[in-house]
Amino acid sequence: MTRPGFTLPRPGPAAGQEPGDPEPLAADATVDLTAERADAGVGEILDALESDLVGLQPVKTRVREIAALLLVDRVRSRFGLSAGPPSLHMCFTGHPGTGKTTVALRMAELLHRLGYLRRGHVVSVTRDDLVGQYVGHTAPKTRDAINRAMGGVLFIDEAYYLYRAGNERDYGQESIEILLQYMENHRADLVVIMAGYADRMEAFFASNPGMSSRIAHHLEFPDYSLDELVAIGEVMLREQRYRLSAAAEAVFRDYLARRMTQPRFANARSVRNALERARLRHANRLVAADGALAKDDLMRLEPADFLASRVFGG
Amino acid sequence: MRITQGTFSYLPELTDEEITSQLGYALGQGWALSVEFTDDPHPRNNYWDMWGLPMFDLLDAAGVLHEINACRQAYPDRYIRVCAYDSRRSRQTVALSFLVNRPAAEPGFRLARQEGPDRMLRYTIHPYALDRPAGTRYSPP
Amino acid sequence: MTDRWSAGVLHYAEMGYWQPDYVPKPSDLLAAFRVTPQDGVPPEEAGAAVAGESSTATWTVVWTDRLTAYDHYQGKCYQVDPVPGREDQYIARIAYDLDLFEEGSIANLSSSIIGNVFGFKAIKALRLEDMRIPPHYAKTFQGPAHGIVMEREYLNKFGRPLLGATVKPKLGLSARNYGRVVFEALNGGLDFTKDDENINSQPFMRWRDRFLHCMEAVNRAQAGTGEIKGHYLNVTAATMEDMYERAEFAKELGSVIVMVDLTAGYTAIQSMARWARRNGVLLHLHRAGHSTYTRQKEHGVSFRVIAKWMRLAGVDHIHAGTVVGKLEGDPNSVAGFYRTLRCEAAEPDPLRGLYFEQDWASIPGVMPVASGGIHAGQMHQLLHHLGEDVILQFGGGTIGHPMGVAAGATANRVALEAMVKARNEGRDLLAEGPEVLRTAAKRSRELDMALSTWGDVTFDFESTDTPDVIAMPTGA
Repeated sequence: MTRPGFTLPRPGPAAGQEPGDPEPLAADATVDLTAERADAGVGEILDALESDLVGLQPVKTRVREIAALLLVDRVRSRFGLSAGPPSLHMCFTGHPGTGKTTVALRMAELLHRLGYLRRGHVVSVTRDDLVGQYVGHTAPKTRDAINRAMGGVLFIDEAYYLYRAGNERDYGQESIEILLQYMENHRADLVVIMAGYADRMEAFFASNPGMSSRIAHHLEFPDYSLDELVAIGEVMLREQRYRLSAAAEAVFRDYLARRMTQPRFANARSVRNALERARLRHANRLVAADGALAKDDLMRLEPADFLASRVFGG
Repeated sequence: MRITQGTFSYLPELTDEEITSQLGYALGQGWALSVEFTDDPHPRNNYWDMWGLPMFDLLDAAGVLHEINACRQAYPDRYIRVCAYDSRRSRQTVALSFLVNRPAAEPGFRLARQEGPDRMLRYTIHPYALDRPAGTRYSPP
Repeated sequence: MTDRWSAGVLHYAEMGYWQPDYVPKPSDLLAAFRVTPQDGVPPEEAGAAVAGESSTATWTVVWTDRLTAYDHYQGKCYQVDPVPGREDQYIARIAYDLDLFEEGSIANLSSSIIGNVFGFKAIKALRLEDMRIPPHYAKTFQGPAHGIVMEREYLNKFGRPLLGATVKPKLGLSARNYGRVVFEALNGGLDFTKDDENINSQPFMRWRDRFLHCMEAVNRAQAGTGEIKGHYLNVTAATMEDMYERAEFAKELGSVIVMVDLTAGYTAIQSMARWARRNGVLLHLHRAGHSTYTRQKEHGVSFRVIAKWMRLAGVDHIHAGTVVGKLEGDPNSVAGFYRTLRCEAAEPDPLRGLYFEQDWASIPGVMPVASGGIHAGQMHQLLHHLGEDVILQFGGGTIGHPMGVAAGATANRVALEAMVKARNEGRDLLAEGPEVLRTAAKRSRELDMALSTWGDVTFDFESTDTPDVIAMPTGA
């Protein structure tokens, strides 16, 4: 990175290192990985991931594995064993509402703690943020999004829309070219995470092998099971300071079981929407009712708040 | 001759590392960064050509350094500067500006003196580079 | 009621000049006076006397007062506080109605506030400490002809303090030699050079010859460096007509800046400020003579008031102190002056001697000038204390350089740029400054020589003008 001809001596760490880089180790030194891990604060993030997100076991396992890999890599570089920054670009596939954005945020934090990203912020974009409507419009748009994401993560949702085969007036290809360049040359500055439906991402990678070869980690986000969806609902209710009556619990479960089979089910997002509507009905029920209300009445959702839904044919 | 415009022109040329450090300072102050180039070194030339729009809302300087190097590749024989812009209410002006590239040979300026009555003199400085048309000013003849 | 208007002498406090319940209106001008009453004079009476004698009162009751809406026009002393640690001194705050003053006139403002009261026998000593200028009044003034931002855009110089030097020796050089000093200093790396305050038009050098030779030097230096350069041509003269003649000539020669001394008077300064804006020329003010009345803490006018008045009057530069140089300047007081000159609004800050809030209503800032016994070896302290929007003037520190004037200029410029660069990189200036200078000196013989010549020079005397308040470290 240094241009030739200039050698103004400056105090501080040896040339070639950035401030904040861990110091190099002698060949006969030993390391304690547990201490290293605690040092970087990695445990906190993984534990938070464990407790804050319901289900997603394969994803959590994968994230742990990646964290271990990066930790070991970091230690190896202190012994002088690694060459160059690793490729960290990722692809998250799964249906909507399965936690992809949340995990991307946590991943950014993790990479920052382990020293792979300078800031650890996430810039979230879709095709419209990257691609222009006329000649010359795309490059500045894409570069602008990339520049804003430097030092952190560029999260591209439904990335496959960048590529529209057969439409010559489409400028998505230009955006892809620019992304490829930056993904290759700025591995130390930027991590790209693409997200979307699995089958469409497959098709996208098939037509863009350059992109596929730069993705180091693929994570699949499975749909939630009924039990997991119920658990998610309960977490949300707890956060919002509501609770289900005993009868309502069974009805809620039944509601979810039916809703899962219906079209356009968006996992956690659908659960959130359902709870929103339940709260609406709850409020209207209270207003229509007579008499004084206790604090618990204001918190307790009853079966009626769910049974009124179209899902039950009502 | 070596024109001394810009904030750090009396120091040895900044390395990419030092440039990144200055860019980091500018971003920390909340200033937008832009890259500009020109082949007209007259001190009253305010409007250099813009290499893309000013970059707002950046958190990291790596993207700007990429733009600087891209500009150096495209115009290795021109003056290139980085400007940091402060948009606060009573400022609305450039806060920092320094050269990151200059042509290999800088021919300098001619001082023209127009003599008038009563010992009055009117001065004009004229860059020798402007004797040639734009686009070819610093390339070998 | 009849007692108030009976012929004879009343205490000022009974005539309505002491009103502790009065709440100043947003449009009132406020003044803070440091009052040392004569023995036996109560502080409220002293404050009321100051309020009275700087507004409507005279020493005895007059019936003609009743022909006016006198309670509107009276100055009102609304607060008197003892000065901590001094038994005999008080700070009296006085409010004046907007109608007492002619719009846009510093001469009138100063005649009103300080024109009469300072000789008053009942007061042993009196000092005007600070004033609050309401936006209603500030808007009647032109304000700086250009201001800090426009000056930087005019010169195309951003991100660092500007550098200047006064031509030395102060007196005696003839025009052609004078121009030689200017050329060497500007070509070597300074942004400005300066006529000294007493260089006007003397037998050893007349103004016209000086202007011609200086502009030749300025333009040669511009061509030699590719930067805009300037020399403050002093247009101070015996009459306004002469001043206009000299300023016009400077403008025709293409100078970016002219200079005037405080001794020319407030009216002349305001005229020059108007001229400067109309003609697109920067106006530098040398505060010649101010120390006669600004330096002593007991009696006089604080420089921060002069600074406020000059910002309203409309100068672009004003000398405001260096902290570490040969002339008077306590760090906190000087920080207060700089804030008064540069900021768009200031809060009361007893530590820096600022008594009132001050909203400048979009009047641009004035570039402070630090001049007097400073050298390159102090660059870290200067940048730390004074910030970036300042002109650092190294007269002796440029011309006295062993390798010549140009080398002195280069040394100062290298030191400054290296220090700004280090500050941006996040280094602690006060702690690491000398090291930054030494490192930069390895690549610059000029700086190396400057540091060896002056490295140990300091001016450590106790300051006479300090704020009443000092910061006490709290127990950790």
